[in-house]
Amino acid sequence: MNGDRFRPNDKRRRRAGAIFKAVCLTSIAFSILMLALLLLDVVVDGWSWLSIDFLTRYPSRIPERAGIKSAILGSLWMMGLTALFAFPTGVGAAIYLEEYAPKNWLTRILQTNIANLAGVPSIVYGILGLAIFVRYFGLGRSVIAGALTLALLILPVIIIASQEAVKAVPTSLREASYGVGATKWQTIRYHVFPVALPGILTGTILSLSRAIGETAPLIMIGALTFIAFPPTSPMDPFTVLPIQIFNWTAKPQAEFHELAAAAIIVLLVVLLAMNATAIFLRSRYQKRI
Amino acid sequence: MNGSSPGGAASAALPPGEPLDLSHRAGRRWGERVIAAALFLCGLVSVLTTVGIVVVLVTESAGFFREIPLLEFLTGTRWSPLFADQHFGILPLLNGTMLIALGAMLIALPVGLTSAIYLSEYASLRVRGVIKPVLEVLAGIPTVVYGYFALTFVTPIIRAIFPQTGIFNAASGAIVVGIMIIPMVASLSEDALNAVPQSLREAAYGLGGTKFEVSTKVVVPAALSGIVASFILAISRAIGETMAVTLAAGATPKMTLNFLESVQTMTAYIVQISLGETPHGTLEYSTIFAVGLVLFLITLGMNLLSQRITRKFREVYE
Repeated sequence: MNGDRFRPNDKRRRRAGAIFKAVCLTSIAFSILMLALLLLDVVVDGWSWLSIDFLTRYPSRIPERAGIKSAILGSLWMMGLTALFAFPTGVGAAIYLEEYAPKNWLTRILQTNIANLAGVPSIVYGILGLAIFVRYFGLGRSVIAGALTLALLILPVIIIASQEAVKAVPTSLREASYGVGATKWQTIRYHVFPVALPGILTGTILSLSRAIGETAPLIMIGALTFIAFPPTSPMDPFTVLPIQIFNWTAKPQAEFHELAAAAIIVLLVVLLAMNATAIFLRSRYQKRI
Repeated sequence: MNGSSPGGAASAALPPGEPLDLSHRAGRRWGERVIAAALFLCGLVSVLTTVGIVVVLVTESAGFFREIPLLEFLTGTRWSPLFADQHFGILPLLNGTMLIALGAMLIALPVGLTSAIYLSEYASLRVRGVIKPVLEVLAGIPTVVYGYFALTFVTPIIRAIFPQTGIFNAASGAIVVGIMIIPMVASLSEDALNAVPQSLREAAYGLGGTKFEVSTKVVVPAALSGIVASFILAISRAIGETMAVTLAAGATPKMTLNFLESVQTMTAYIVQISLGETPHGTLEYSTIFAVGLVLFLITLGMNLLSQRITRKFREVYE
């Protein structure tokens, strides 16, 4: 009979809770809706333009004859070279920071610096690439200049992901290796690295999927938009899928917008495949530990 | 010691009293040092990147600041380096950038934070398993695709509602940048909310709080430093966003607070010059380094602020 005194405004408080929960759900629904709208927009616009011919033809001023062969090959070159530069450097830096670095001011600076680099806008990396690789080293508007720029861009992401993976390797493994007489490098090479590898690969693939979607830094280093041939060496000029998409989207004609949508579908499929690979690696890795 | 015992063979090979020959280990040590040095050099690449960015931006914009006084650059309200009547006041570009960032925040902060609260406090494991990948996919979509979405989907809707709006307008850019950074706010804020110990929630429930009250009056305040840090990082990301605003917001540097007008952000200006015919080495070309320097300093400042807030105001629970 005294219950009322201990439950003041109970109904109102529960109603406020229900409203709040509905607001939160609406937010989630908003994100899902936006993703759905974006995908729908792209698929509706671009689906009818997708064909084998679209994938195997070179860009053209005439929409009906345009294709993305040079963009696809350019993106593959870009991805391969970027991985070649960024993977060893990133993993090396991560191993240094986790296994070798003494706890001093220099290490703290390295670590803070990496965290800050991850937040630098990609277009600033483009300015860096333009000044250093394109002009100072004289690499010109080449695949290699683009790949070096993108490698610097994704390096912090690879380092941070690899550090997490190396950190997750149990210390007992290292101790056992030292116990049988292995040196530090042998321990890392044969015991720490193989166990950390799936985590490192997951981080690398995710960061590469970011690199393959990057546009701004490559525009900065002067990646040409109308390239009717694929690169045959790292010193060749190039175009990539996002630049081709940007080029077509920036045109006023609706046909070119639809071509852009078709190219976006191809780009998203590639990204999805890379993400699926990363998730697959992650789940396998989680099962093993 | 007896040669017939197992394991005795090895020790029998060593004359008693003499230490183990570890010279092969010493030999390995030289290679060990080389490897350690090589790994250190890998770590140094990131420092060289920062040094490179600062050196390039400062030296390349030095020529610009020799001709244009810093005060005029920072306080001028007209930006027209490519016109006959040249003006080099960065405020219109800053205005465009901040307008986009502000609009993006109006979307991303409330949606991101409530999404994070739902994920951390309400969602079942199964629901999380659906929503987290959706957010990851949203975060992984290239910015040029958001630009396409803005131009071909968002802009027509805005123009249907406000017919006098031009093709390029700040609203369209701000909306897609907002959508783009929702996942960042949501996932970083969720991390902060998850880090709040369960005992705090249990204590609040024990006092008779409803789920709503526990979430908003106990968990969110306890995680506030992480949430604010995520907001600042998201704003910094919105300021540095390039492709979507280049495609959607236009190329008209001006002082305005009207979302329906065309504006130009710092990033869009840099893209415009690098796509154009402006020759290297001219005053017009050096503007991109001056603008890039301002952009770099703003985003760096915000990132440092975000880290500071996380470190200084973090509630530590044992």
